[in-house]
Amino acid sequence: MNPSENADDSRPGVSRRSVLGGGAAVAVAVPLLVTGAGAEAAPVAEVASADLVPIKVEVNGKPVSVRVDPRTTLLDTLREELELTGTKKGCDRGQCGACTVHVDGRRVLSCLTLAATVDEREVTTIEGLARGDRLHPMQQAFIERDGLQCGFCTPGQIMSAVGMVHEGHANSDDEIRERMSGNICRCSCYPFIVDAIRDAQKVMR
Amino acid sequence: MTGQILPGARSDGSAWSVGAVGGAVAPGCGSSGGVRCVGGGVGGIGASPVRPDGALKVRGEFAFSSDLWADDMLWGATLRSPHPSATIRGIDVGAALAVPGVYAVLTADDVPGDRHYGLEVADQPVLAVDEVCYRGEPVAIVAADHPETARRAAERIVVDYGVREPVTDPEVALAGGRLVRHVPIRKGDPAAVAEVVVTGEYRVGMQDQAFLGPESGLAVPAPDGGVELYVATQWLHADQRQVAAALGLPVELVRLSLAGVGGAFGAREDLSMQVHASLLALRTGRPVKMVYGREESFVGHVHRHPAILRYEHGATRDGELVYVRARILLDGGAYTSTTPAVVANAASLGVGPYRVPNVTVDAYGVHTNNPPCGAMRGFGAVQACFGYESQMDRLAEAVGLDPVEVRVRNALAEGGSMPTGQVVEGPAPVARLLELVRDRPAPPPVGDDPRQLPGGVANTTAPEQVVRGVGYAIGIKNVCFSEGFDDHATARVRLELIGGEPTALVHTAAAEVGQGLVTVQAQIARTELGVERVVVATADTSVGSAGSSSASRQTYMTGGAVRAACRAVRAALLARLAGGSGAGADDGGVADDGGAVGDGGVVGDGGTVGDGGGRVAGGGLELAGGVIRDAAGRTLGTLVDLLAAGPVERSVRWRHRPTRPLDPVTGQGDAHVQYAFAAHRATVDVDPELGLVRVVEIATAQDVGRAINPQAVLGQIQGGTAQGLGLALMEELQVVDGVIRNPSFTDYLIPTILDVPPMAVDVLELADPHAPYGLRGVGEPPTISATPAIVAAIRAATGLPLARVPVRPEHLTGTG
Repeated sequence: MNPSENADDSRPGVSRRSVLGGGAAVAVAVPLLVTGAGAEAAPVAEVASADLVPIKVEVNGKPVSVRVDPRTTLLDTLREELELTGTKKGCDRGQCGACTVHVDGRRVLSCLTLAATVDEREVTTIEGLARGDRLHPMQQAFIERDGLQCGFCTPGQIMSAVGMVHEGHANSDDEIRERMSGNICRCSCYPFIVDAIRDAQKVMR
Repeated sequence: MTGQILPGARSDGSAWSVGAVGGAVAPGCGSSGGVRCVGGGVGGIGASPVRPDGALKVRGEFAFSSDLWADDMLWGATLRSPHPSATIRGIDVGAALAVPGVYAVLTADDVPGDRHYGLEVADQPVLAVDEVCYRGEPVAIVAADHPETARRAAERIVVDYGVREPVTDPEVALAGGRLVRHVPIRKGDPAAVAEVVVTGEYRVGMQDQAFLGPESGLAVPAPDGGVELYVATQWLHADQRQVAAALGLPVELVRLSLAGVGGAFGAREDLSMQVHASLLALRTGRPVKMVYGREESFVGHVHRHPAILRYEHGATRDGELVYVRARILLDGGAYTSTTPAVVANAASLGVGPYRVPNVTVDAYGVHTNNPPCGAMRGFGAVQACFGYESQMDRLAEAVGLDPVEVRVRNALAEGGSMPTGQVVEGPAPVARLLELVRDRPAPPPVGDDPRQLPGGVANTTAPEQVVRGVGYAIGIKNVCFSEGFDDHATARVRLELIGGEPTALVHTAAAEVGQGLVTVQAQIARTELGVERVVVATADTSVGSAGSSSASRQTYMTGGAVRAACRAVRAALLARLAGGSGAGADDGGVADDGGAVGDGGVVGDGGTVGDGGGRVAGGGLELAGGVIRDAAGRTLGTLVDLLAAGPVERSVRWRHRPTRPLDPVTGQGDAHVQYAFAAHRATVDVDPELGLVRVVEIATAQDVGRAINPQAVLGQIQGGTAQGLGLALMEELQVVDGVIRNPSFTDYLIPTILDVPPMAVDVLELADPHAPYGLRGVGEPPTISATPAIVAAIRAATGLPLARVPVRPEHLTGTG
């Protein structure tokens, strides 16, 4: 049962990144954001084909042009097209918060956001938070307060926390808990997460 | 809500605590200043250095198993059974094969080696063989150049099922002879009588580990005909053994490396996609990645055993236990997994940490057509604790005693005897832990801020509707593997100059699953070798097995192995010094550890190595801070000088002291290595009209023997307690006729940051003389007693009997 004859091995330029995201393809790679990325034009899987939509988006401060399947989520586009795997897929249904990113400065669930809707907008992911070696105060506080164990929810927690502080609603532990309740941590580092956010919001002010 | 530490609050200096409010941290926490290190140097044991993987994790650069890729990789997908029980009359894969982009479609006929696998018993099919025994059982796998292509192709596989009536009631299964294991415990007089008798039947629902990082990994075919597998797991070598057997390959051709683990909690002890991805990779000659979605994850791993527990407690009018009789029935689901060990835990720990002269316990695990159950944090001890602690509250009421008092009156203590006849060696501060949580200040009374009320900001609860309750519970857990299992861990430690600075490289196969094991390994190396710079290598199978990151055992076992290997390195260094030349004093300094899979070059067990260090240092030589001094404190040499002759490397396979099997008739035997204890006090507010519960505060007291990393200890206590809260109030896989009805985070609820209350923690450090540094396993005990403490608090508030967890709103309103 090994139908390698069914597979089209002859296609040129198959990108290692071409296989996800409902068939999105990076058509124009304005300097790609990640090292070692062999971003090339890629074929679209037959069963997932659809008319591609070109979008221009600023990701972590850098302009990116990409053609996406209109059904593709921002999460899959980030992870599989732009190789920004720091944003996590925990449920793909908007139930866990692990995929939280910022669009135009507001926190959104990238798994419930179609990539086509962020055209001409700014997206910030966990990879765009630090300034070189200098961590964002929220990242630093999560390390120092040990606001993580396995770390899978951490990018979403941090993006959500930064967004909440910018919203101006991190003024008490109760407020922090209320407004972080969309981000699940199964290791239940919640007490340390509150500690970290309380520390960081003082620095961020 | 870590709080102000109260250093020196206990007269013996062996305890510390954090309050439920405030902003201070545990002793030794933080990366700078004030670290408390026994062996000298910054960041040794007893300190709380930051996680070496912390920066990567907060930057989003830590590579979890679902983040992996390889050039030319394909994607795997799994076709699963829609029926809990059916024969397979035929499988037609033609339509799937015809889908463009599909490279392979495999069924059981394509499994070249053993078609079945399992941790204890190889009874679970790699792919269904002629029948399916639970809904979600893998039937066929597909590799394609796109994950959506693979999924859609899998849907085109036609399976001809002969649907059977599933067995989903564990009582029916037991009566029908589908027994996996029966563990009887017999102690004292089986016909003992007592003045006061309380009975009860309790039920525990099916809890799920629900880690956030789904099952995933990448299999890469190797030029030698083998496979390289990068996977999130708890036990690399157990995976290796099972994968190799299924592939029909020698183990050395199946090489595993640990990919980033997004939580585990027991669910990664059994295989999931490991064999499937490897099969597809070997068949296609291409790397194959598999990632489960959330729904697939819920059916793709084992769960906590649901339980039915019947208890009868007999006591004097003064509340002293005379006997306990219990029958515990655990639903193991379709395949064996770790059910035998879970049954043994439920039986041997079945009366709790109490002195009971007469015990009759029968614990059973059975096969049904429900989803398979296996390891989850607490492992059999969780279910039993809900039963025996509910009983202790009934007993307290029956004899008119305070719940804490009745427990203290029966508390196990050092030198006491378990129902198995095993004498509890070392500290067993059961009474003290209970008194610690009891003596905590009570949380403030209910206010009128809606955020503080059971209904939350939905503003459904008026303050005058709220009733408050307080409940207590204590639990007991075995640490490490039991019943005579040959439990060991291997560590390889290499000390060398890198950039002129002494650097220790620690290499084990132990799985970091978030508990902080890589931090602890580095701390131990710093303490033992007096160096600051430590690199912990990625765990893989090129070093000997570390055993599983389960049973609260890994700091004990791999920590013990790292300590032993460090001491072997130290002994070799000191021998090099004694040789005078500083070079060649000991076979060139690099131990032959045999490399690959085996444990060649084993230096000895922990004791031997420790003695070896002592022998060389017997003249009073001491290694600290990179300097070797004699007894008079004179400097004899430095690490830098000694290492100039070359690196020193030692590999040690380390064991805990042996255990014994339980007698199959009487259940007597020294089956466990170490016991660990935690107690909880829960305070809840209940809106009885709407059936809403808000946990106001949880106080925990736990003896950890020695806190190797106090911050990580707190993290384990908080996290474990929260998972116990989940079982008490919300977490249950609802299985109807063998079908999981709620495989999503919308319908399977796990605690959010709003559900987890402030936690006050008291930590005792009463050394276990048998354990490395005196430490006691930490991860599981807080999960065990949190559940019954919360339910006891709800009972206290409402007066309802509440014999089942999770407690749902309809149980409180009387509408369900």
